Amino acid sequence: MATSQTLARQGALNVSDVQRPRSVGAHLLLLPAYLWLGIFFLLPLVIIVYYSLTVRTPLGGSEAVFTLEHYARLWDPLYARIFWRSLWLAVATTVITILMAYPFAYALARTPQRWKNLLLLLSVIPFWTNFLVRTYAWMVILRSNGLVNTALMSLGLIEQPLPLLFTPGSVLLGLVYGFLPFMILPIYAAIDRLEPSLLEAAADLGARPWQTFWRVTLPLTAPGIAAGVLLVFVPALGMFIIPDLMGGAKVTLIGNLIQNQFLSARNWQFGSAASVVLMALVVLGLRLYKRFFRLEGVF
Amino acid sequence: MALSAPAAAQTLNIYNWADYLDDAVIREFEREYGIRVIYNVYSNNEELHARLRGGASGYDVIFPSDYMAEVLIAEGLLQPIPREAVPNLAYIDERFLDLPFDPGNQYTVPYLWGSTGIGVNTRYVKEPVDSWDILWDPKYRGRIAMLNDPREVFGVALKRLGYSANTRDLEALEKAKELLVEQKPLVLTYDSDNTEILLVSEEVWLAHGYSGDVLRAMEDNPDITYVVPKEGGLLWMDVMAIPKTARNVDGALKFINFILRPDIHARLAEANQYPTPNRAAWEYHDEEFRQNPAIYVPDDVMERMEWIEDLGDMATVVDRLWTEVKAD
Repeated sequence: MATSQTLARQGALNVSDVQRPRSVGAHLLLLPAYLWLGIFFLLPLVIIVYYSLTVRTPLGGSEAVFTLEHYARLWDPLYARIFWRSLWLAVATTVITILMAYPFAYALARTPQRWKNLLLLLSVIPFWTNFLVRTYAWMVILRSNGLVNTALMSLGLIEQPLPLLFTPGSVLLGLVYGFLPFMILPIYAAIDRLEPSLLEAAADLGARPWQTFWRVTLPLTAPGIAAGVLLVFVPALGMFIIPDLMGGAKVTLIGNLIQNQFLSARNWQFGSAASVVLMALVVLGLRLYKRFFRLEGVF
Repeated sequence: MALSAPAAAQTLNIYNWADYLDDAVIREFEREYGIRVIYNVYSNNEELHARLRGGASGYDVIFPSDYMAEVLIAEGLLQPIPREAVPNLAYIDERFLDLPFDPGNQYTVPYLWGSTGIGVNTRYVKEPVDSWDILWDPKYRGRIAMLNDPREVFGVALKRLGYSANTRDLEALEKAKELLVEQKPLVLTYDSDNTEILLVSEEVWLAHGYSGDVLRAMEDNPDITYVVPKEGGLLWMDVMAIPKTARNVDGALKFINFILRPDIHARLAEANQYPTPNRAAWEYHDEEFRQNPAIYVPDDVMERMEWIEDLGDMATVVDRLWTEVKAD
């Protein structure tokens, strides 16, 4: 424990080194970054907030009249239910990916170098294919005359095809599949950096393997998990392709609600309000998460 | 050479859906008028809308769908089309003129249209299908696909209840919602983009879908047919229009009139497998194309078909009811 605190303190020292008051030259160097953030992050955000506070005209235009009606409309059990379900599904996705990614990343980090590269490559290969195409591939695998059902039926294990696709379960499967690599990579990086001598020291001091894991390995690799949670939870919360394609659009999540407002309902105002609330919830959630798991300095 | 030089300098920018205007027709127009055509594509009405609203200029002819034309007109993004510049408008059947989205066709000229109905796999659905009722038959639980579009789906429920698909009556809409909630357990998926795949793979036996999509499924699987139910369904139309920011208005008018030429309009209908509103063009079709119910809706059913109208403020109510159907 002492060791991990020392390490953390070292990390904090490095951070404060960078945070010295910046000179004019440094600001100048950062100008491209400021511009980028200003134009592609801040400006769209301002526009979204603006839309969420204006009146919708009957044909879907925006009238520059201040209103809170779109936020008031969200204060409806119907939409609360959608937010709640999305949250639940994103949490489930995150927990399942952690449980699957951690052992895999651990094994990966402990594999001899030449296999390691191959395994790492295999876990990244799916990224070379478009996400939409991979989702369609899952649909081919799961549909009633798809790979799984055909195999089970030819083995005589089932008589009728199982309803595998277009269920809440297939949505969860699609989410876990899609986000798993985002959890594996940061955890792998954290475990790979872990100093083996620390584990040896723990063993020398009489810790059993599970104690070493619980009190040394896990705390030291927690930043990797934290990064993975960020990479998985936040996008999973706004996902709309998976529930539409693999869930048969029978389950509405926040992502679907928002997408729908911008496309078919042509209600940019309400869609913007829902986006703002979603962003606020994410920021709030991350703050609580950070405090609860004492992750200051991680993000 | 001397004559073609100034003409060749003229260009016409068309902004259209992908693969929606036969290349040969474009070449013929270029040859005949000495105007070079530049063909740009968009993938949905909202993209076209966002472009025009964002101030994009230089598109001379655009092809919005009915409801989007109404929005563009209301926002003042289109310019009027003078009748005398488009004499071929006289060939358009009157059923396709003076529609609610553009009374008097001041801004738009019909291009192609189509219907929404049911794709039926007759290998599994042995009984004759002539009503929307079949989509509520528990026998077909898990074998039914619906479009993922509130207006289309509410249109079906409203028609089944005997209301107009464009009703703004809250009570009627609530009843339609109840009907859709009742139907939901039978529905395998709500999907507007994969009707063809769902039918061909026999994942579903009954698919609420656009005629063109079902038609493509029919080409791959001979068991599939297309039915427009007797209660009537919804119609859509894509129109031609000239944005206010067009640079070559003269060329645009020539082009629109050229498309309305019966032989050209017939060719475009056949290339796209959608019906044309051009009465004089129908004579150019062979009998099979003209009689195909997946292309031309039979006349007696046609009377009960409706065009989708923009619902204005009620659109928000329909959206909410749709979310209620989906949220449970």
